[in-house]
Amino acid sequence: MRQLVIDFQKCDAGRNCDHECEMECAIKVFKVDDPAQAALQIKAYEEGGGHAILCDQCGDCVVVCPTEALKRNKLGVVMIDKKICVGCYMCIGFCEKEAFMRNSDWITPHKCTSCGICVKVCPHGALSMVEVPEPAPRIL
Amino acid sequence: MSQLVFDPSKVMSIDHTKRTEYLDGLEAIRAAHKVLKEIAYTPSLPDKGYTNRSLYVNVDTLEIKEKPVTQQMKDVFIGGRGFGLYHLWNAVKPTTRWNDPENEIIISPGPVSGMTQYAGTGKSLVVSLSPQTDIPIDSNVGGFYGPLLKFSGFDALELQGKSEKDIILFIDGQKGIIRIEEAPTDPVDSHVLAEILTHMYAENEADLPNISVVSTGAAAEHSLIGMLNFSFYDRRRKCVRFKQAGRGGIGTVFRNKRIRALVIRGPKVAGDMNHPADPETIAKTGIKYHKEIRENDPHQCMMRRNGTAHIVEIMDAYDLLPVHNFQFGSHPDVHKIDSSYWQQRCTQVTVDGCWYGCSMACAKGADGLTVQTGPYKGHLVSVDGPEYENAAGLGSNCGVFDPDYLLELNFYCDTYGICTITYGTLTAFVMECYQRGILNRERTGGLEMTWGNAKDDLEMMHQMARGEGFGKIAGMGVKKMKEYFIQQGWGDAQLINDIGMENKGLEYSQYMSKESLAQQGGYALTNKGPQHDEAWLIFMDMVNKQLPTFEDKAEALYYFPLFRTWFGLNGFCKLPWNDVVPANNSEQPEAHKVPEHVQNYVDLFSATTGIKISKEDLIMQSAKVYNFQRVFNIRMGKGLRLHDAAPYRSLGPVTKEEYESRAERYDQQIITEMGLDPAGNTTEEKMAMHRQWRTGRFSQLMDAVYTRRGWTLDGVPTLARLQELGLDAFPEVVEVVKQHL
Ligand code: SF4
Ligand code: SF4
Ligand code: SF4
Ligand code: SF4
Repeated sequence: MRQLVIDFQKCDAGRNCDHECEMECAIKVFKVDDPAQAALQIKAYEEGGGHAILCDQCGDCVVVCPTEALKRNKLGVVMIDKKICVGCYMCIGFCEKEAFMRNSDWITPHKCTSCGICVKVCPHGALSMVEVPEPAPRIL
Repeated sequence: MSQLVFDPSKVMSIDHTKRTEYLDGLEAIRAAHKVLKEIAYTPSLPDKGYTNRSLYVNVDTLEIKEKPVTQQMKDVFIGGRGFGLYHLWNAVKPTTRWNDPENEIIISPGPVSGMTQYAGTGKSLVVSLSPQTDIPIDSNVGGFYGPLLKFSGFDALELQGKSEKDIILFIDGQKGIIRIEEAPTDPVDSHVLAEILTHMYAENEADLPNISVVSTGAAAEHSLIGMLNFSFYDRRRKCVRFKQAGRGGIGTVFRNKRIRALVIRGPKVAGDMNHPADPETIAKTGIKYHKEIRENDPHQCMMRRNGTAHIVEIMDAYDLLPVHNFQFGSHPDVHKIDSSYWQQRCTQVTVDGCWYGCSMACAKGADGLTVQTGPYKGHLVSVDGPEYENAAGLGSNCGVFDPDYLLELNFYCDTYGICTITYGTLTAFVMECYQRGILNRERTGGLEMTWGNAKDDLEMMHQMARGEGFGKIAGMGVKKMKEYFIQQGWGDAQLINDIGMENKGLEYSQYMSKESLAQQGGYALTNKGPQHDEAWLIFMDMVNKQLPTFEDKAEALYYFPLFRTWFGLNGFCKLPWNDVVPANNSEQPEAHKVPEHVQNYVDLFSATTGIKISKEDLIMQSAKVYNFQRVFNIRMGKGLRLHDAAPYRSLGPVTKEEYESRAERYDQQIITEMGLDPAGNTTEEKMAMHRQWRTGRFSQLMDAVYTRRGWTLDGVPTLARLQELGLDAFPEVVEVVKQHL
């Protein structure tokens, strides 16, 4: 399956960049002009380095979704079908990476689609897409 | 008691999508339906939790009309159980009995019901005059019917009258149609009927989750203990599942009205259909709770793995599990039916909430059971649960420790439409009567009702469904059986009354209250009868030891029945309140109330309705309805101190074996609690000492609780209390009370 990964050797956690990844994700993928709505969030540590909230397509949210609104697509990426979603937010609560996002203006939540847009805009080349085996569904 | 560890590798591999299908006859059954009445209406969605409309249907005259939900109804009764009691009060007279046409069945979801962001928010409340108790019964039930009713436009559904033919009431909330259909050839039992109806009324596969069916089964027609199955479509299993409005015989009323089923086709559910005042607070509170479940449930109750069956071994370890008709509190074979077994046997890859957003997901299911007896012999079925009550009631209380038989008993209770708790307690009573010679093979018509004889137990249930033999007698329930056995001269009246575990006509649910004074009151001092949903204090009292003093117990019997009533006014489930708690809960003041969760409820109510309330207001809201219900009981001829009396088995040891099995404990109590010396006394003498002490203590508790509740010592709410609650605005209520002051 297709997975977004970050290399913190390269990412400078927004010190010398404008969080282009978040901005581009918000605008291009979710059509909002607010980086806080992006499916990835990069936080800088004071002591240097940083931390990224990224969806690794683990599929935990698929397991808990009561409506089967979450499914893997052909590339193994977990996608949400907003028409089926009932906005219960169990996916958000059960995502250990806190990568399932919510915009107060929308009733359905949103998540990373492994589209790679952020990868292309990162000025430091810190993001990349990798192909990893799909994990077996967990019992949650 | 050791903390169970979940081991996914031990879960049995059973195909949860496989079961016997019943759709073959669908077209013929559909063709036989005849439209008796059809009206068009305008569906509407709730505004801040209320649609402000209530639907009245008379199944005899076929009258279908809308009634407004008034501001007074909302202010005083809130919704759910409150609306049910309000409508029922207006429908019946003091002389009305369950099978009179004016008796109603009211289903109301409550203002919060249908929320999808918090756990346990899809409940509806069912209210009717009970065939077992002759007073109002209320039942808090999951499944999709209630929320879909509200999203189709109605805060409540009133069903009145008695039809001459079997009918189905169909509400189409997508198209705006209400239809009464004659249903002459529909199957009788729920698991067949609901599957057929769900597929009959869904327009395509995607529509299946929008359908919910309320139905019962064959045994509801021939007994007084019928229940209602509320369905929901399980997308993972691809089947129709049920939650039960179990207690008090509402299924019997349903069939007495000749209603075969209620079917609703609601709109496709979305996350904002209640149009809450403050969705942001709801979203945040919901997500916080889901996280709490993810983080804490695996270390606390494991509700997601075991459902409520997680307490089987805890109850056993604390000598609180009912064994052999509540004689004993533990049994060496309990490991065969405890949660370590059920978490292997229940399917674990499913999503087991009975409404969207329930992350607690206790509605477990055991798939792939091949039925061994009765009309469905050889069928492959899925069985809900088993819940704790079923494992204890159908299992340990009757000495049945074979899990497959337990599942089969559970399956038949469900599809035949009878309450598992009631059936468990009445069967335990029958078995003890058999043990003590009050019953024998001749009197049971050949059934050998020895402890653990699941085959004859099942046969008794099949008789109940056929309306035959001893099963028909058992189906009257414990109270009427007691009267019948005594009248037949089959045994000593006092013994029969002591061991028959009922109060107000309702059977006890499955906790041993002998050593828990708080739970004795929690059972007997209830409005509807001994069901733990009003005051489940046994865990607090005996396991967590949070109610050490007499005053603590009396206070708990004031606070918790009111707190728990509130769930039923709003359409909440009780389990998410304290079956998981925040990690720091034990450090909080009044930890037994789970203060953070109480605040969640306050916030969720305020955010839905836009009416800001406090924790204290919450209790006041309940107190109005709770006291109204007490007065309703009095109006119907019960609800006084004498009706709160408890069978002695619930208070102390009735028999010598019981005493001697726990002699050390009982002897010690004679010294420490009574200040007497047991030495030199016979068991009978010591039992008499206990009886005097225990009944005296219970009577003192009644005094204290009544006083705290603002009632007279006869259990009647005082005029001052009614005024304080604003119930003096209802002259009829005041009138009832005045006659007893
Ligand atoms: S959103 Fe979270 S739970 Fe879902 S696939 Fe991504 S990381 Fe896993
Ligand atoms: S919010 Fe939607 S996608 Fe997430 S678990 Fe609930 S129904 Fe599924
Ligand atoms: S891969 Fe696409 S959806 Fe995911 S974070 Fe990057 S831009 Fe956003
Ligand atoms: S906790 Fe259980 S009974 Fe309550 S709503 Fe959730 S699934 Fe239903």
